[in-house]
Parts: sequence; C-alpha cells; structure tokens
Amino acid sequence: MIMIFGKPLLLLYGQLTLGLINGAFYALLSLGLAVIFGLLNIINFAHGALFMLGAYVAWALLEYLDIGYWPALVLAPLIVGVFGVVLEKTLIQRLYKLDHLYGLLLTFGCALIIEGLARNEFGSSGMPYAIPEALRGPLDLGFMMLPAYRAWVVVAAAGMCLLTWLVIEKTRLGSTLRAATENAKLVQAFGVNVPRLITLTYGAGAALAAFAGVLAAPIYSVNPGMGSNFIISVFAVVVIGGMGSILGSIITGFGLGILEGLTKVYYPEASATVIFVVMVIVLLARPAGLFGKA
Amino acid sequence: MLGFTRAQAIGFVVMVAVIIIAPGVLYPVFLMKVLCFALFACAFNLLIGYVGLLSFGHAAYFGMGCYVAAWTAKNWGLSVELSILLGGLTGAGLGMVFGWLAIRRSGIYFAMITLALAQMVYFFCIQAPFTGGEDGIQQVPRPPLFGAVSLQSDMAMYWLVAGVFLLGFLLIHRIVHSPFGQVLKAIRENETRATSLGYRTDDYKWVAFVLSTFLAGIAGGTKALVFGIATLTDVHWTMHGEVVLMSLVGGLGTVFGPVVGALVLTAMENYLAEFGSWVTVTQGVIFVLCVVAFRRGLIGELGAALKLNL
Amino acid sequence: MPMSRRALLGTAAATALPILPARAQKPTLKIGVLTDLSGPYKDVAGPGAIESTRQAAEDSGLKAKGIEVEILGADHQNKADVGASVARQWFDRDGVDVILEGTNSGEALAVASVAREKNKVFLNSGAATSDLTGTQCNANTIHWVYDTYMLAHSTGGAMVKAGGDSWFFIVADYAFGHALERDTTEFVQQAGGKVLGAVRYPFPSTTDFSSFLLQAQSSGAKVLGLASTGTDGINLIKQAHEFGIPMRIAGLLVFLTDVHSIGLEVAQGLALTASYYWDLNPGTRRFADKFTKRQPGRRPTMVQAGVYSSGLHYLKVAAEMGVAQAKADGAATVARMKATPTDDDCFGRGSIRIDGRKLCPSYLFEVKKPSESRGPWDYYKLLATTPADQAFRPLAAGGCPLVKG
Repeated sequence: MIMIFGKPLLLLYGQLTLGLINGAFYALLSLGLAVIFGLLNIINFAHGALFMLGAYVAWALLEYLDIGYWPALVLAPLIVGVFGVVLEKTLIQRLYKLDHLYGLLLTFGCALIIEGLARNEFGSSGMPYAIPEALRGPLDLGFMMLPAYRAWVVVAAAGMCLLTWLVIEKTRLGSTLRAATENAKLVQAFGVNVPRLITLTYGAGAALAAFAGVLAAPIYSVNPGMGSNFIISVFAVVVIGGMGSILGSIITGFGLGILEGLTKVYYPEASATVIFVVMVIVLLARPAGLFGKA
Repeated sequence: MLGFTRAQAIGFVVMVAVIIIAPGVLYPVFLMKVLCFALFACAFNLLIGYVGLLSFGHAAYFGMGCYVAAWTAKNWGLSVELSILLGGLTGAGLGMVFGWLAIRRSGIYFAMITLALAQMVYFFCIQAPFTGGEDGIQQVPRPPLFGAVSLQSDMAMYWLVAGVFLLGFLLIHRIVHSPFGQVLKAIRENETRATSLGYRTDDYKWVAFVLSTFLAGIAGGTKALVFGIATLTDVHWTMHGEVVLMSLVGGLGTVFGPVVGALVLTAMENYLAEFGSWVTVTQGVIFVLCVVAFRRGLIGELGAALKLNL
Repeated sequence: MPMSRRALLGTAAATALPILPARAQKPTLKIGVLTDLSGPYKDVAGPGAIESTRQAAEDSGLKAKGIEVEILGADHQNKADVGASVARQWFDRDGVDVILEGTNSGEALAVASVAREKNKVFLNSGAATSDLTGTQCNANTIHWVYDTYMLAHSTGGAMVKAGGDSWFFIVADYAFGHALERDTTEFVQQAGGKVLGAVRYPFPSTTDFSSFLLQAQSSGAKVLGLASTGTDGINLIKQAHEFGIPMRIAGLLVFLTDVHSIGLEVAQGLALTASYYWDLNPGTRRFADKFTKRQPGRRPTMVQAGVYSSGLHYLKVAAEMGVAQAKADGAATVARMKATPTDDDCFGRGSIRIDGRKLCPSYLFEVKKPSESRGPWDYYKLLATTPADQAFRPLAAGGCPLVKG
C-alpha cells in the first residue's frame, strides 16, 4: 500500500473527497454571504438561521403536506427567499445609510429570534429527515464507497455555485447588479429600480442559504442550532476569500473544506481551528483576502 | 472634575449613591454581577464608542480573565487583588496579540477577525486541561483581600467589587478625556485625516485595544471570584453578543450607557430565567428594536431629550 | 402610563400580600426546578422536568397531611453563572428548600457548592459528571439517574459479553468525552475485549463526521463507541447509517428523545444505556402515562423520571422528619434521605450511598427495528441488566471526602 506521511493513500483519497463535500457547504453559504455583502454591504449574521430555516421548511413540507425532497429543493429556497425579501423590506432596508455594524447587530438579533422561535415550536433535539429514495446506497469510486447522496451534494452545490457565478458575471442582470455595487446612484439614473434590485438580492442570498439547508437536512441533525455551528467558520471562509468576491468565496470554500478534511486525518483535535489559523496567516500576508481587491 | 461635564458629574454622584444604597434593597450577589458586567461593557464601549472599533470577540478576554483569576486563586492561593490583576494582565496579553492582528483591518472586517480569534480561544478553553472543560473551574475560594481582610460575607465582597468597578470606570473616563483619548476620537471621526496630521493611528488603536482587553480581563477575574466559578459560558460567542447588546441598549459612546445596559440585561437574564424558552427570543427582539428604533440607546435617548452629554 | 384605580388597588394588594399575618399559613416546602428551558437539553429535561415535579408533589400526598408544596421553575440557560445566581437567589431570597435537575455538568457542580454553602438540598438528575459524587461531592447533594462511570460500565462491560469484543471510539474532545472513553476502555479490557483505536474530534463545532467514521471502519473493530452526546451523537448515528458502516454502534449517552429525533429507520440496532425506560415494567408505565397526560405526545426521559423520583423521595422524608426541621438543615435532610430506602414507580426499590450516589440498576438497550415497534415511542428492547449494587463506581474509588477510611 502506498503511504503518505504514515497514512495509506487510499484513505487519504477518501478523506479528500469528504473534505470536498464539506467544502461544498462552505462554498454555498459563503457565496450567499458574499452576494449579500457585495451589494448590500451587510454582514448577514442571520445566514446560519436562514440555513436552518431551509432545513426546517423541507421537514415541514414533508411532515404536513407530504411534499418530498425533490420539490422541497425548489420550494424551500423559494419560501425562505420570500421570507428574506420580507425581512429586507421591513427591517434591513432602514439601515443602508448607517454604519456596517448596525447591519451586523440587526441580523444577529434576527438570528436569535428565528432560532429561539424554532426551539419553542419544534423543541431542541431535532427532526428526522430521510435520504431520498433515489440516492440511497453507495457509489464505488475505486478507492472508497461514497454514499450516493454525498456525491449528489457536491454536484448540486458545485452546479449552484457555477449558476450563480454565471448569472452575476455573464448576464445583463448580473452586470446591472455589479454596476449597482459600484455606483448605485448612477445606475438608478439609468432607470434601474435599485432598491428593488437590492431587495431581490437579499432574497436570493437567503434562498442560497436555504438551498444548502435542504441539502444538509438528510445528513445532519435538523435542529435549531445547526446554522450557528456553521456560521462562524463560514465567516472565516469569506474573510479568507476576500469579502464580496464571488469566485473567491467559492474557491476558498471548497479549498478549506479539503484542508479541514486533511486535518481530520493527521491531527483531528485541530480540525476546528485550522480555518482560523489560515485566516490569521492570510490576513497577515494579504489583508484583503486571497481574491479581494485591496 | 476628572473631565466630567456638570451633567456627567451629577450622573456620577447619582451612580455612586445608587451603588451605596442598592444592596439594602436588591440582592447583593445580583448587584455584583451587574457591576462586573458593567465594567466589561464599559471596557467594550471604550473601543466602539471612542475609537469606532466593533470587537465581536470581547468575551475571549473576559473569559480568560475569569479562568486565570479562578485558577490562580484556587491553585496558588493568591490573594484577591493579585488574582484579579493577573486576570486583567491575561486579558491584556491576549489583547496585544489579537489586537495587533485585528487592527490591520477596520469596520466590519475588524469585527469578523476578532470573532474568529475569539473562537480559537473558545476551542482552546474547551480542550485545555486547566480549564476543566465543560465542568469549568469550580469551588474557587474567596481569598482575603491583601491577605488580611476576609471577603467571605457577600457584603464585604460587594464593596470590593464596587471599588474595582469605580476604579475601572474612572480610569476609562480619564483615558477618554486625555490627549490620547482626543486622538482616538479623531481616528473615529476621520482616520485618514488623523493619519495626515501625523498620528500613527494603528499604534493608537492598538493601545486602546489593549487597555480595553485589560479591563475586560479585570471584570472577568472579579466575576470569577464573586461566584467562585469559571466556565465556558464566559468565553462562548453568545457572550460577545451580550456585551454588545448591553452597550447598545444603554447607548454606544455614552458614559453611563454601558452601566445602565448591563443593569437592564442582567436583570432580564435573572428575571426572565423563569420564563424559560423566551429568553433568546426576547434578547433578539431587543436587539432588533434597538437597532431600528432606539439607535442611541436608553442613556443616549435621555441625553438627547435633555440636550446633555451623558 | 395612566393607571386605572382598580389596577392601582390590585398592585397595592399584591405588594401588601407578603406582610399578611402568618397565622393562616400552612407549613410549606418550596421546590425549585433549575433546568434547561431554552437550549439543547430542553427536550431531555426542560418543561417536562417541571411537570414531573408537579406529579411528584401530587403523588406525595402531602396536601392531605396539610403540607403545601410550592414549585418554582427557572432556566439555567446552560450557563453555570446563571445557574449559580438563580440558586443563590432562591436559597437566600425566595426560601427555596431544594433544587432539582440541573442538566449541565458545569452548572450542576456550581449549584452543588451553593447548596453546601447555604446548607440546602440539591438533587441532581441530569448531569453526567461522576465528580458530583467523587472528588467534588458534598453532604447536601444527591446524584440520581446516571453518571459517566455507570454508562461506561454498562455499555462497555455488557457489550463485550454479548460478543462485541473489539472497539473503536469517536470521542468529543472535552472532559465528558474523555471520561467516557477512559472508563469504557477500562471495562472493555476487563471483560477481555480490545480497544483498537480512538479519534478525538473538536467539540462542539464538528458537524461532519464522515472522516472519523471511515477511520473507525478501517480499524476493523466490531463496535463503534460514541463518547459524545446531543446533536453530535445524532449526527454521528445519522452519518454512520448513511455510510453503511458495518459496525455495531454503542451510544454511550443517548436519550429517548434523541432516538425519537433520529427515527427508528436510522437508529435501529444502536446499543445504549439508561436507568429508566418508560416501557420497562408496570411501574414505569404508570409514571409514563401520568407524564403523557401532562405533556401530550411525549414520553418521559430518564432525567425526567429522575426528577420525579428524587422529588418524591425528598417530600416523603421531609414530611417524616417535620417540615420545620427539613427547611432548617439541608445536610440533615440529605442524611435522612440516605438512611431511608427509596421506592417509587420509576426506579423501584433502591438506596442512596454515603457519597450521595443514588443506586439503581442500569439497563443496556437496543433500539428496535421499525418492524418491531408497535408505535411512537416504542423504541427499546432490553439486552442486559446490571444490578444496582454493581452499576456504579465502587465507593472507595471515587475519592469523595465524605467516605471515611
């Protein structure tokens, strides 16, 4: 057997694959954060709560309306997206002229409310959510047996990231968006309804979080705290990638997932801290992040 | 007097009077907790209110102060003032390193970096043997002050805590109204201009950060000795949120705001304990209300109504 | 704020109430239930624990003897300092005589030392740390239900006897996980089994365990021991099922509500230890039915059963020794509780040791297949029983200062 640093190569391949899957969640979540930050200049602390909400909506659709995984994958992001729009219209909109930190504080408050309500309504120990029928069972990759669902997670997440990137970089809507980020007044003068654009962007970011939530529901415990466990790591990913950089957050998300996977093999005790260590190093070397503009 | 305006001097006298009278009316242990958090919030406010830096990881310094004070009091049998001082120095030491890293960025980046660094401290505390993991450091004795004055009774401890708080409060006030403090405010208003006037703004920010973390450590150390415990609660990220909330409710950048905020929030935590599951939701609602409607906080709004700088 | 005259009168009456002459007052025992009402243990204890206490008060029959029982509930928010300050305030200001529950180890140890300082009573049901009756034991505290040693002993020892003789551990990297790993390893080896390896993951931020699960699988061990709890445990079990890990899974601390949340499809075959399960015998079912009347759609966990049992025993003993005396001296009450055998629906007959350890048998259960289950909450089948006198750590090994010699 080929060994690398005392670990069998095959095991390592397996761990890299798993890291990629985790990276998929990081990428999806940090992508949403980056989109929202880019246009709204708001650090969306409620992102973890929206992620959790996505998983709960999927669960509720199944429980009360008998709507399965596949429709939920579309419906839950839509529902949470609408919720995001309402949130933006009623609360976040009032903050654009103020310092960034008020946005952070407001969304932090929203996260507390959403989490607290979920705990009151559904209890703390979480809900069961089964893997969809079509994706049960393993895939033989040669070096490991990968559950088919995990493979789907990577494909779906990568696809969604690519789609978002294409929309922002290659379409007319995307170029309007980017222009509005640069100079909102000018874009408005061209007859674009910028406030509506902003609202929709927040909704889209929320929907991305919810999409990740639905993907996560069958493999992670669906409980009120599931988002807040993730969110701080995701913040670090965004800082490393460069705030507001779409491509940066995608690449960093996947990359850090893999790095974390490797740490789990060589020194598992540090696997939670490794992201923050990288963050510190990156900040020292490139304060604007790997892909950010200084 | 000490750079107080007339209104602030009156406010200060009222506050001291309240501190003296309160233990006759309210439960002293509760008041001690309020005072510890009030000092913590004032330390935090020094950064956000006067330098414009939002640290979203202040519990790290507070919590490490707790752990070090509790550990030294329990295992080395140090007297109270030394334990608390060591707690403060620990906060400052940590603040030197973290501050040096964090001040490279400003605004929202600064907040997220402090948060990430604080998260590392949390993981350290949960794994390091000396913190006792989730059990925490328990049964910490209250050693006598200067090795002589017994602090076993809650009232004796109360006067000590009140003394520590007032010292810290006056120190912050002194800092803010010194020439150094004026430069800090200049940085808050317009950093580029401060730089162009020849100030090395990063150094100023760094020193302010270290001072703030020192006081946070002092507050933490005091709290650890009041309750005789140091646990993960004090380094957990919800505690960062709480201290921000205290300052926000009271009024960012006001002199008395953080104190009032600490009182309101601690009272809520105590008295809402009986309502159980609504604690989190209530805190969230207050956060949202403060940001949307009362951005100046209780004291800030009061000051605005009276046209005074409180 | 304008106030109506009636409201004003009402407030005046309310404030005047405590100063009313005491002649009409009956002897009253005050119980405080300090539990997790808003966090991760809300379902394990929480509101259900308060209801269990109410049930204990009702079943104690003290009302008929002219003794009032008053019950307060509060949320410790899983913060040791909140727990300790509520406990102080209850003892100092509100005249609480006994505190029940306390799910979080740090909080439980803190409340225990407050109870000693104020000479009151603390009956813990929810905490896992065996220090509560070990190095940090005191004369005012009794630990009901379970602890890390008992879980490790039952799961470790009995599993090996059932053929699971090689183990691999996935351990939450903090004191609770370490204690479970250490103790279980010892019992596995004592019973002639082998431990092939262990991996420690950072707590509490890990959500993806697949990497650790693959490491476990490649060790070739027969049993996978999970030294973790709550969300982590649920995630581990879910993901082990997903990856089709062909190992017997032993959850060292899994509550009934966790199994409910995972669902039988995924949880089937899981081995776990508890000292109470609702469908064990007529007594346990009797309590469970009362509980379900108070909390519709739910069955009690072992923690909630422990709150009931400990509350009932306290009330019985306090009534025997006289309410005034029980209120005055917590240590004496606890000494009397230790001298009196316990007997209730949930745990049957039992006793309390000098170090404050309540003794009861521990049961090793296996989670049923969906086809074996008759309906919601019918989840466990019994594999093995460890008798009460062997279930817990031997008295001499705990290092409790109350144990002489």
